[in-house]
Amino acid sequence: MTLATPPTANTNDPILVVEDLHVAYPNRDGVLVDVVRGVSFTLGRERMGLVGESGSGKSQTGRAILGLTAPGGVVTARRLEFRGIDLLHCSAAQRRQMRGGRIAMVLQDPKYSLNPVMTIGAQVVESLRAHAKLSKREATERALAALHAVQIEDAERVFALYPHEVSGGMGQRAMIAMMLIAKPELLIADEPTSALDVTVQLEVLALLDTLVAQSGMGLIFVSHDLRLVSSFCDRVLVMYAGKIVEEIAATDLANAKHPYTRGLLGCLPQLGQNRHPLPVLDRRAEWAL
Amino acid sequence: MSAPDPGTGAAERSAPGPPPAVRAPPLPAQNTLPPQCLGLEVRGLRVVYGDFVALADTSFRVEPGASFGIVGESGSGKSTVLRAICGLAPLSAGRVQLVTDETSTEALPSPGSKPFRRLVQMVFQDPYGSLHPRQTVDRILSEPLAIHGVKDEQARVERALDEVGLGDGFRFRYPHQLSGGQRQRVALARAFILEPQVLLLDEPTSALDASVQAEVLNLLEDLRARLGLTFIMVSHDLAVVTHLCDDILVMQRGQTVERVSAADLAAHRVQEDYTRRLMQASSGFVRVGS
Repeated sequence: MTLATPPTANTNDPILVVEDLHVAYPNRDGVLVDVVRGVSFTLGRERMGLVGESGSGKSQTGRAILGLTAPGGVVTARRLEFRGIDLLHCSAAQRRQMRGGRIAMVLQDPKYSLNPVMTIGAQVVESLRAHAKLSKREATERALAALHAVQIEDAERVFALYPHEVSGGMGQRAMIAMMLIAKPELLIADEPTSALDVTVQLEVLALLDTLVAQSGMGLIFVSHDLRLVSSFCDRVLVMYAGKIVEEIAATDLANAKHPYTRGLLGCLPQLGQNRHPLPVLDRRAEWAL
Repeated sequence: MSAPDPGTGAAERSAPGPPPAVRAPPLPAQNTLPPQCLGLEVRGLRVVYGDFVALADTSFRVEPGASFGIVGESGSGKSTVLRAICGLAPLSAGRVQLVTDETSTEALPSPGSKPFRRLVQMVFQDPYGSLHPRQTVDRILSEPLAIHGVKDEQARVERALDEVGLGDGFRFRYPHQLSGGQRQRVALARAFILEPQVLLLDEPTSALDASVQAEVLNLLEDLRARLGLTFIMVSHDLAVVTHLCDDILVMQRGQTVERVSAADLAAHRVQEDYTRRLMQASSGFVRVGS
């Protein structure tokens, strides 16, 4: 199988198949400890949420798909395929080709994940020229168009600004522009709105929603906020201690069966609800088995 | 309500701590503290940095024992209010004054004085940044006691840890050996250990997971009920503030937008558009056309 294979026309084909994914890191004594323990799912052209608390392995799952597991980490799986390409055994060059080009990732905090010494425009152009042969001028034009597409009104001005000169919401828009400019088939958004203000969060989500709907890409939305994810995604995978404990359609969340899912939903304070004290999660050892 | 279980975070570290000691007996309140419950009043507070007005003419009064919330987005000046109250931001106009139910406020310590700083304590947003990484919990908690010359440090440190639901086993750990929720409990213990009357909370749960946030919110509520404290809490999350506070001030770009009661907010009785927008935002994403 070669990389040049165009995306298959059949829209029912899964974009991503993950079967029994394990990610392990060595502890202090050099013993490998699994942080992701046997995660399996299939992703089509849909919006899928991956929810859990810190340490549940949700980000590690997203990073393993992209091949961004930190040095020392060991990724194993029975199957890890993107459009029929075996991600576990493909060459580094192939991987690099796909990363950013066909699979892209939006990271949590634009303050830390944009290059602080490059202008925003230069970063968008760089990500574009890494995947397509374009003249500088063409690339600049397309970068400006991409900044327009993420509803940055004053794109010419923002193009020349450095990341520290823009607000968090603007930075996150720029990052989304950068990730979508190569028209990826799969977008992994790792807490894309957690660092933003509540009102800006909704704007960025609405934007992401439109762009995903227009281009028909698959989306994995990684977040700790179950309520937000369920209002945004089609289905939700709930992770606890490195495992998927429940898979549920977003509309069906009220009927969640697993006590952990129910606990996560219940512990959020809500406007107009007077619950004192708030219910807290009663973590049981058997959930982690 | 009993203090929540100290276990937070799925990957609880089980490093063996020192064996649990006998629970410290409650200590009598020190007679240097005024016996009555204290509130706080700010009038015409203004903070400028160069040409930038971070906070413009903000006034409010928090009655003794009340819990008051300030909501706004980044840059609204909500944290600046707290920093101005405890002297971390330069005041260019306005005044801060402790108040009581009684009419005379003259005997109360003035802002900046040592007794004021003891009575008004602040808890910061990020428990990963606000604890000294190279000091043990014991040392972190002993420092305010040393500054204010408080006696029987040992017993107080033990009691403070007990109060926030961390056992004595946490006393000689370093911050990196604790989960986020445990760290925020240590930060709370550091504020409570001086027996303050007014507690300033700057986004105390925004760095925490939802489930841990619930535990910390419950703990705050419990401590306030038991110790009769006045809270001023800042957050960008309307639901969190409404949960904990009776009265809420909405701020935008350094200006006061409106002051509403939690009951009015819960019933959607608000005047300003901006408040309505914040309320919408806290109810989650709504797809256009759905």
